[in-house]
Amino acid sequence: MGNVGLTQYLLIGAVLFVSGVVCMAIKRNAIGVLMGVELVLNGATVNFAAFARFHEAFRVEGQIFALFTIVLAAAEAAIALAIVLNFYNNYLTVDVDSAEELKG
Amino acid sequence: MSVGDILFWIVGLTTALCAVMVVVTQHIVRCAIWLLFTLAGTAGLFFLLGLDFLGATQLFVYVGGTLVLVIFGVMLTATGPFIQLRAGAGEWAIAIIVGLLLYGLIALSWLFADWSKLPGSALPDDPRRMYHTEQLGRALLGDTSVQPSSVLPGVSGSRAAADKASGKLPEPPKRQASAFLLPFEIVSVHLLVVLIGAAYLARAKRKRVVMAPRESL
Repeated sequence: MGNVGLTQYLLIGAVLFVSGVVCMAIKRNAIGVLMGVELVLNGATVNFAAFARFHEAFRVEGQIFALFTIVLAAAEAAIALAIVLNFYNNYLTVDVDSAEELKG
Repeated sequence: MSVGDILFWIVGLTTALCAVMVVVTQHIVRCAIWLLFTLAGTAGLFFLLGLDFLGATQLFVYVGGTLVLVIFGVMLTATGPFIQLRAGAGEWAIAIIVGLLLYGLIALSWLFADWSKLPGSALPDDPRRMYHTEQLGRALLGDTSVQPSSVLPGVSGSRAAADKASGKLPEPPKRQASAFLLPFEIVSVHLLVVLIGAAYLARAKRKRVVMAPRESL
């Protein structure tokens, strides 16, 4: 397997990213879709952190962008959950397939 | 293979497995628990990278805050049929194929990427040269004179001598003056505004709809 370096961390981050994309696409529960978004953002954070650790040019930027990503993910989760709860209050379901009122 | 490498493979593969289980599991509550392990494993990866502040933030904000929020959302909406919403077999097949193709694409591009063309040089494998909390905070304020935590006189001198001996560029790459104080403030205010907006959106307002016509009469 060789020495653990940048590539190995990027591969783990890619697993998180792809899991999140598939999760967003396949879950029918709105909160499951939200979990997919969290996974994608986590994959991005792992990449930022790996570059912060293994590359001179990103030593500060990698960490700070990762921190921003974490904070923005928290904000996104809060607002998305508020929307999901509102949707549940109005329609008594969290199935994303039933949210079709704006469908053309 | 050193202890750090073995730890990386254990933590990394556990994290990846938990992330896949989030997708595969149908039960939404179990999804949340797998997500908990994934986020905690990511924090473990940050600690293994030597980014202690980032790992602590991940544990506090993600595992302590965001995930609790998600679990509350699950508890408030998980009634009867919505606990297990299943996708069809055909959708699963397409999702698995697309997921594997996407992962293959990303993995190939990572494996063949040549990072040496980036500005700056790759860091030596020494976690003591990382930016820890103090250096990170000073860099946030735009203090460009900030140095990695372990560039003590002896360490710095020995590294420069080693670089000179091996014929590399002895001087560190010149850092641009980049302060992150304004983005930090913007993100803080953004988080505040979003949380107030979320509280406004999610509040229970059914009663008021009933009460309003009576008052107007």
